[in-house]
Amino acid sequence: MTDIIRTDAVIVGAGPVGLFAVFQLGMVDVEAHVVDILDRPGGQCVELYPEKPIYDIPGLPEVTGQGLADNLLAQIKPFAPRFHFNQMVSALERTSDDRFLLTTDAGTRFDAKVVVIAAGGGSFLPRRAPIPGVEAYEGRSVFYAVRAKDAFRAKHLVIIGGGDSALDWTLNLAPIAESVTLIHRRDVFRAAPDTVNKMRALVDKGVVDLFIGQATGLIGENGMLKAVKAKAEDGSLHEIAADAMLPFFGLAAQLGPIADWGLNLSENLIPVDVKSYQTTTPGVFAIGDVNAYPGKLKLILSGFHEAALMAQAAARRVHPERRMVFQHSTSSSTLQKKLAGA
Amino acid sequence: MAQITFTDHDGGERTVEAREGQTVMEVAIANDVPGIEAECGGGCSCATCHVYVDEAWSEVVGGPTPMEEDMLDFAFDVRPSSRLSCQIKITSALDGLKVTTPQRQG
Repeated sequence: MTDIIRTDAVIVGAGPVGLFAVFQLGMVDVEAHVVDILDRPGGQCVELYPEKPIYDIPGLPEVTGQGLADNLLAQIKPFAPRFHFNQMVSALERTSDDRFLLTTDAGTRFDAKVVVIAAGGGSFLPRRAPIPGVEAYEGRSVFYAVRAKDAFRAKHLVIIGGGDSALDWTLNLAPIAESVTLIHRRDVFRAAPDTVNKMRALVDKGVVDLFIGQATGLIGENGMLKAVKAKAEDGSLHEIAADAMLPFFGLAAQLGPIADWGLNLSENLIPVDVKSYQTTTPGVFAIGDVNAYPGKLKLILSGFHEAALMAQAAARRVHPERRMVFQHSTSSSTLQKKLAGA
Repeated sequence: MAQITFTDHDGGERTVEAREGQTVMEVAIANDVPGIEAECGGGCSCATCHVYVDEAWSEVVGGPTPMEEDMLDFAFDVRPSSRLSCQIKITSALDGLKVTTPQRQG
């Protein structure tokens, strides 16, 4: 277990609104750590539409998702945010001294005075396989990630997908599994060319079976898989014997553990008061697409505004002894000192 | 203006008015047509606006782009007539277009 990181604020989510929250908090001397399940900053903007132009950011007539994230990173650099990528905040607890203990699924722990949830549509988690009845097998014989390779030793394994995850695991598990069948709907793969070549070599050697078609159903009982029903390109129906299945159908945003933090969610959104964007738990704020209030517009610019108001309230909590003096960035001594030091 | 007919997988039909320049997905969302989710809002970044294009229209509408094919990998029951409706732009040539929504989106 790692040491607990003591900080003023933890921002959950490194999308545009989470990034701008670093700026607004920094302006009022609140230091922040930022956690995101993705491996880089930018959230949806970078994950879903890095090359797509955005036209409604004030002062930027046209900017791509990636461009916006890059600009925000440059803008918050003076405040030296600490990022913790590839992990998801799994637990949030209020401590007896009115601070918050946050734990990530990677074991990182934070002790923070305020928590800012800027989680957008949620964490990008593996998309459920579009196969009727798959729920009954999930976690028992159908897995969306490989925790321990040994679990697949000597198993008849079906892997579905045409991207890097599907092909990497095909290559990795073929030597230890009893059999590996890779199912993909077309004979075109999105994975890196080198990986595709290695997969095809294993198919040629007879180590891996490649089935071009789509899985249509599962056969088994009590969550234990016996076979995967699949339809080939020519419409013929097949049954492929399997004890385990790894479907890779990309990522989709899901709210995840936030739902369990006692924030009185309504339709998967976190209600906030519009004076400070504080949730029903004092000290926990929610900004951007994840929050709900009358008249809410899911725009990046709304999230930026919410970040500014949130920061004022967060600063009062972090520095209760201080008198808040409103500052403009053009004349802010905080910002100028940080810029000079950067 | 163009008329677009959406048929759901149970056979229920709805014909709605579309403006040129809109996408078939946008027309569906604007008219609360069931069976289209459009999770990503039209970015060709998910596969939840999947439709089957009526055979008579397949040539006029054309096939999916390579990026769209990549996304269709994530869809349920993909067929040769499958398209993502956010990638079909309405033109006058598509007046009368018929599409069917799949049993489920993802």
